[in-house]
Amino acid sequence: MEFISDFLNNIEITALWYLIPSLLMFCAGVYGFMTRKNMIAILISLELMLNAVDINFVVFNRFLFPGQLEGMFFTLFAIAIAAAETALAIAIIINIYRSVKNVDVTTLNEMKF
Amino acid sequence: MEYSQFLAMKQEIGLLVLFLVVFIYDIFMPRSAAKALPWVTAGLMTLVTVAGFFPCLLGTAGAVSVFDGMYVNSPILAAIKNILNIGVVIVLIQSVKWANNELMAMRRGEFYELLLVTLFGMYLMISARHFLVFIIGLESASLPLAAMVALDKNRYESHEAAVKYILTAVFSSAVFMMGLSFVYGLSGSLYFGKICEALAGPQCALMIVSLAFVIAGIGFKLSLVPFHLWTADVYQGAPTSVTSYLSVISKGAAAFAFMVILAQAFGCLYEDVWEWMLYAIIILTITVGNLFAIRQRNMKRFLAFSSISQAGYIMLGVIAANVMGTTAMMYYILVYIFSNLAAFGVAGAVENQCGKISIDDYRGMSRSNPRLAFCMMLAMFSLAGIPPFAGFFSKFFIFTAAINQDSIAIYVLVLIALINTIISLFYYLLVVKSMYITPGEPVVGRFKSSAGERIGLIITVAGILLLGVVSPVYNWLENIASSSEFLSLFAR
Repeated sequence: MEFISDFLNNIEITALWYLIPSLLMFCAGVYGFMTRKNMIAILISLELMLNAVDINFVVFNRFLFPGQLEGMFFTLFAIAIAAAETALAIAIIINIYRSVKNVDVTTLNEMKF
Repeated sequence: MEYSQFLAMKQEIGLLVLFLVVFIYDIFMPRSAAKALPWVTAGLMTLVTVAGFFPCLLGTAGAVSVFDGMYVNSPILAAIKNILNIGVVIVLIQSVKWANNELMAMRRGEFYELLLVTLFGMYLMISARHFLVFIIGLESASLPLAAMVALDKNRYESHEAAVKYILTAVFSSAVFMMGLSFVYGLSGSLYFGKICEALAGPQCALMIVSLAFVIAGIGFKLSLVPFHLWTADVYQGAPTSVTSYLSVISKGAAAFAFMVILAQAFGCLYEDVWEWMLYAIIILTITVGNLFAIRQRNMKRFLAFSSISQAGYIMLGVIAANVMGTTAMMYYILVYIFSNLAAFGVAGAVENQCGKISIDDYRGMSRSNPRLAFCMMLAMFSLAGIPPFAGFFSKFFIFTAAINQDSIAIYVLVLIALINTIISLFYYLLVVKSMYITPGEPVVGRFKSSAGERIGLIITVAGILLLGVVSPVYNWLENIASSSEFLSLFAR
């Protein structure tokens, strides 16, 4: 137990500690976007990607350029934009649900090639 | 803050005033006057367009930079906005009949309001010199478009197209913003100018990755191959008026904004990095767009693939990276607006009349509707680039601009583009053949097109015939482009 608390006390949190999880989030989002069949799940994956971007901006701002706020402000706007995107996407998905009674992307194959 | 800065955004303010007028008209006018809304909007938009040409009204005489350099306006930016305005006026006139049908009665106003908001977003994209403003412009240009694609509530295809559009749009903007976050980490700023200064040093892998992300993000908007897969489905599913808007205005604005970003923020990476990225993208875009267009039977899908390959030609003006390239690109966008809107005008008129949208249904149209067939033929000739029409000159200028760059690689690129022009001639002529040569009874009976469609077609045909011959247009663009500030930022 001793060495764990020792380790935790001496640990130095660098930018990498945030950047790697955010990159993992982004990749998970891309993976989910490509493999999920449910449109709501796809939307969640997109949200993961957008949030990874937000983390990236905040971390770069906090660690590399602490004197300014450009990245923070970009994040604020990005959150608002992501909310707008989600609202619109859900409205459109509801429309789809009304006409075909499910939200499976594999059924959206009326038009192809 | 100094509020007089807002005076630099005269065109944007004019557009917002127009938006508010349309909005208030839509809400408060009695139902009997509601059918006049399309004409009122088109008329007011014409006024805004004309005013944009005069510096004393809404235009711009010199370069101004306001809001701490986040927003700039200059004659060349005003000129591209004017070109977009012209296209919007034509789209508005052509959509009158569609907007006035029974099914649209409840949401007639929405179409016009959303359209004007997206145009405002495109203005911001073009004028932004800071990525925050750019992103806001990009999103306000693409989110309302998704709602416009879904406007045809009674058709299932419209919903399907809207889902495909919104999901790819959000995905692409997420990729784009990821690239931006890396750019921010490298340069510490989101101002185009400061990014350019910070990236001027030795190159690192992260810089190239972030640039690839940025190009991929905007490539989605421009439907460059390999980011084009949404295009055909969305174009087919959306209402024809929205499709025509999406294919010319949205594409033209994105192409110009793309060039501004590449020149201003990433200009120092031109020779080593993005010239070659763009090189591959252009070859793929032109070739794949053409090859897929050949096998399409649906008119709107066909025009979608044709517009993909046209976007490749537009990008030739960016890779040229000189004054002539910029001029030729703006000229190309202008000519493309007229030719493509003529094609969509005819397709829309036929679709509004009898719902037929397949190329085979155009059989014998030269006998049943000779004038519509003639307009379509001119549009196809212009898109293919046959000499007396405007499309030939726009292609000629853009190839010349690219060749001026004087490297073997670019010669090869232009050669590939030329070969593709011949391939495209084949499928554009398929439509003409179907209308003029294929024997058999006409599928589409004789009909009288509505006033709006007719005016729209007259304007576009006049544009196709005159733009190639009237050289002052090109000279005007060249004058503006040669005095513009942002081209000096290219490395050469």
